[in-house]
Amino acid sequence: MLFSRTVTLSLVEMQKLRADYTELFTRMAQPVLWLLVFGQIFNRIRAIPTGNLTYLEYLTPGILAQSALFIAIFLGIQIIWDRDAGILTKVMVTPTPRAAIVLAKAFSAGVRGLAPVVVLVPVALLLGVSITVNPLKLLGAAVALMLGAGFFACLSMAIAGVAQTRDRLMGIGQLMTMPLFFASNALYPIDLMPGWLKVISTVNPLTYLVNALRGLLVGAPADLWVDFGVLVVAALVGIVGSASLLGRLVR
Amino acid sequence: MTRPGGSPAAVPEGPAAALECTGLVHRFGETVAVDHLDLRIETGEVFGLLGPNGAGKTTTIRVLNTLLPVQEGTVRVFGLDVRRRATDVRRRLGYVPQQLSIEAALTGRQNVMWFARLFDVPRAERATRVDEALDAMDLLAVADRKAGTYSGGMIRRLELAQALVNHPALLVLDEPTVGLDPIAREGVWERVQQMRADYGMTVLLTTHYMDEADELCDVVALMHRGRLRAVGSPAALRADIGPDATLDDVFRRHAGADLAVTEEQKGVRDVRRSRTTARKLG
Repeated sequence: MLFSRTVTLSLVEMQKLRADYTELFTRMAQPVLWLLVFGQIFNRIRAIPTGNLTYLEYLTPGILAQSALFIAIFLGIQIIWDRDAGILTKVMVTPTPRAAIVLAKAFSAGVRGLAPVVVLVPVALLLGVSITVNPLKLLGAAVALMLGAGFFACLSMAIAGVAQTRDRLMGIGQLMTMPLFFASNALYPIDLMPGWLKVISTVNPLTYLVNALRGLLVGAPADLWVDFGVLVVAALVGIVGSASLLGRLVR
Repeated sequence: MTRPGGSPAAVPEGPAAALECTGLVHRFGETVAVDHLDLRIETGEVFGLLGPNGAGKTTTIRVLNTLLPVQEGTVRVFGLDVRRRATDVRRRLGYVPQQLSIEAALTGRQNVMWFARLFDVPRAERATRVDEALDAMDLLAVADRKAGTYSGGMIRRLELAQALVNHPALLVLDEPTVGLDPIAREGVWERVQQMRADYGMTVLLTTHYMDEADELCDVVALMHRGRLRAVGSPAALRADIGPDATLDDVFRRHAGADLAVTEEQKGVRDVRRSRTTARKLG
């Protein structure tokens, strides 16, 4: 039942996305700006030690992970919107497991998280970044992105269950985004961080998403089993946590 | 509480009723929204739950449709304990909430198909059942239009199509005609009655419109401050008051004094609030 309901609700999410592509296009712009402006400048400064990789090579997977985070962390607003519009209530009165509602939203966050790849990868190639063309590695990167986006979407939905309103969720989301982003290895190696930040970075799933993307896309050294293991466990915890808090939204 | 011309509402008896609440209590913090409610709805009835805002109608509905937990008392839907068998209860329900709630970006057909899938309507029957539900609500001609382009009345009918696509045993309508113009209201009710005649389902509805309840319900329950004040057929309840009595009169008799006190208290509160605001503003 969980699988069939998840497929049904995911289909609805895709139908909604198909009805209005605007969101996908707007999502593509910001990561490209990060690469073109921030990336090019820091590539020239050569201030950040990135081993055998150029800074642009180092940064590209980080920007992909960042865009997935930025998209997913506000997904809870959608579920609050669904609640306010009465749609969530109606779905919760059908024989649908709450985990299926959360999984479908996480899937839609994953698809949205993949959208920037379409523009970012060609731009990165034009800037001289050597990204793999191995279809298995590309598929692996897509799975990692979807798992990461799924986790952050679940985190956002769990916060929605507590925050209850869109305004509060926006505030909390903004409060969390920057620490999650800067306390990861998306822009710079963990070795450069002070001890306390290293600890935060080590428990931050974004770090493992970046590691996996770097290993798969630009051939950086990576322990993919650990990276995917952390992402899968984080996603599972996120699904269970947000599903258990979902009921609070309709009370 | 007894039903004029009917069986006692407080005492469950006979075979499994469509809905049976015993001693239901629901609190939101200090506020008691539903206060020891005993209710029995027989299979096939159109049952109206009436009362002013804050009477506890929506809370009662939210408990029976599993959105709110049963804090105290028992609730059974077709003999199934809502607390223990929530999923089985949901399979038997069709639910239309107060607010108009459809996916505006999807077509009418997609909106109904979505619920057909959620209710496990077999794949082979799905398209036919969706078309049937849309046709019954007179929406087949506009089924492939985005639901966002529908009028309020059409959206309500689309919601009914969503709720009816699984042929529910119990259709729960929470103020289904609020905000609709008289023609749209009439349209909604014609179709609910038609579906009831076709499928013999039980209908539980809440409404503010006493005339609507009078005309459509087999049994009505008047609720005020979380408690039932009267239960019975509209005709029997009216007859208890007098020959020309309306359901409004019945309601005034059972809750009128309380309503007046509530309004008076509200008035005093409003004055106090205004004075406080005035003081803050200097």
